[in-house]
Amino acid sequence: MTTLAPLPDETLAGRLKWTLHDYRAIVGQEFTHLWRQPVNFAWGLGFPIVMVLLFVYVFGSAMDVTGQGAGVDYVAYAMPGMFAMTMAFGFTNTAWAVADAKEKGFIDRVRSMPMASSAVVVGRNIADTIHAAVDLLVLFLIALVIGWRSDGTFWETLGAFAILLWLRFALIWVGVWLGLLVKSVEQAGNLFAIAFPFGMVSSVFTPPELMPGWLGAIAAWNPVSATATAIRELFGNPSAVGDSWPEQHALTAAIVWPVIITLIFLPLAVRKFQNLGR
Amino acid sequence: MGTTTVEANNLGKRFKDTAALEGFDLTAEAGTVLGLLGPNGAGKTTTVRILTTLLRFDTGSAAVAGFDVARDARQVRRRIGLTGQQTAVDDLLTARQNLVLFGKLFRLNKTRAGERADQLLAQFGLADAADRQAKGFSGGMKRRLDLAASMILAPQVLFLDEPTTGLDPAGRREVWDAVEGLAADGTTVVLTTHYLDEADRLCDRIAVIDHGRNLVDDTPAGLKRRIGADRLEIVAADPSDLPVLEGIIAAVADGDTAVDEGASSVSGPVKEPVAALTAAATSVRDKRLTVADIGLRRPTLDEAFLELIGTTAKEDQQ
Repeated sequence: MTTLAPLPDETLAGRLKWTLHDYRAIVGQEFTHLWRQPVNFAWGLGFPIVMVLLFVYVFGSAMDVTGQGAGVDYVAYAMPGMFAMTMAFGFTNTAWAVADAKEKGFIDRVRSMPMASSAVVVGRNIADTIHAAVDLLVLFLIALVIGWRSDGTFWETLGAFAILLWLRFALIWVGVWLGLLVKSVEQAGNLFAIAFPFGMVSSVFTPPELMPGWLGAIAAWNPVSATATAIRELFGNPSAVGDSWPEQHALTAAIVWPVIITLIFLPLAVRKFQNLGR
Repeated sequence: MGTTTVEANNLGKRFKDTAALEGFDLTAEAGTVLGLLGPNGAGKTTTVRILTTLLRFDTGSAAVAGFDVARDARQVRRRIGLTGQQTAVDDLLTARQNLVLFGKLFRLNKTRAGERADQLLAQFGLADAADRQAKGFSGGMKRRLDLAASMILAPQVLFLDEPTTGLDPAGRREVWDAVEGLAADGTTVVLTTHYLDEADRLCDRIAVIDHGRNLVDDTPAGLKRRIGADRLEIVAADPSDLPVLEGIIAAVADGDTAVDEGASSVSGPVKEPVAALTAAATSVRDKRLTVADIGLRRPTLDEAFLELIGTTAKEDQQ
């Protein structure tokens, strides 16, 4: 019988090294998925693309968000919203992937192995953030094709993308927590019912000011709105901001909201993961 | 042989209001196959999850491969393999990519992981399918890939939770051959199953569990002996011969005969099976009768199992 002893990882440095090695293996697995299933990747982008086309060409002509008449500058207003919405909806993909790994017994297998068990969660996070960056790049190119432009400097434009990814990164913890929470992959699919209002009741397509008062207040305080408004400012795109604090301080809110989300949902996700052994 | 590689004493585990395990004991010697049998919800999977460090337990103690499951989980994880009820392979990866990924997660370097993957693909008869995506595999192939993944570090103890559920006969045979090969190489195998023929064929010992408690721990042969002797059975070619055949069986039987009119058969328990069979066959020939079948029927594990479970079911009602 051939015995293959695992390499020693008893020192702190050794443990750290192997933990990073485990993360890399899991991230590599995610990229093989992307490579193997470009169709899924395309479908994932299909939704925001269809929304862009719908809002810009179907509803857009009736939208007057800048007060200069219906349809004016709507592409410039809606495109940053679309970027923010795609980031907001991303957590459902994370939740689905985690629920799938749990249901298929993949998480149990990994937990029974002598590897860093955090690799499943952290590896997922790294892979999803990179995936989101690729999503953004593709959307960005499509936006350029339909006539959207960033008027900000190179660094402002880059900063806007960083803020988008910052939101996506924070929401991954929500996705991991929900993915571990739901009983099945099917239930994970239903999470879209939460994602949809979360993404839409915001300044993504319409200024909160145009909504009924109570709904407008919710929309104004929605983290997605903060991100959308902040990147509009950085891109130099038209924006329609009300008087509420997050609208007046969109950039600060867009940085702080993800911190708050992470502070709440990272511990929840970690605890849920540890409690799988209860 | 003779070294205990799995030892659980007085295990207790509660889920909210239900006791999944109560004072459960289990031992397995190195290089043997231990079968864990019991109805659904008896506590089989709970036991496997506890022994593979996936689930904490409330009371008792458990050691696997010489390490305490609760205190030295990391040491235990280095020495075990687990194949759960679902096939936990990545459908989108090829067979080889799966094994290389798990090899890396078992912390082999890239070269070693690749070498080990090729070894296992050959060992489990998957070499030809190495570069195909797992999602196109048959149930048996997926199971074998799953088994191969849990064998990467050549574990001292391998846990299989219902390894052949949902497989066709050919797939089951493939898994059985793999398990027998592993046990012959010195791996201790702990498997749960609903299939008694599977336990009968593979296991050196069988522990029957019900309501989280030990019911019986015995060899397959011992378990069968518990429900009595072999039976001699004659199937009549012409049902009108049944009374005569019953007389023949009664002459050699050691207990009451039983007639099954529907199957046109008659049977009776026998103490000396071969002598009884010879005597009965001689009488059939002497009386110039034609019979459809004559033979010895050994009690199956199914019968042993149903009788055992039936006993506890009656106790529950009282």
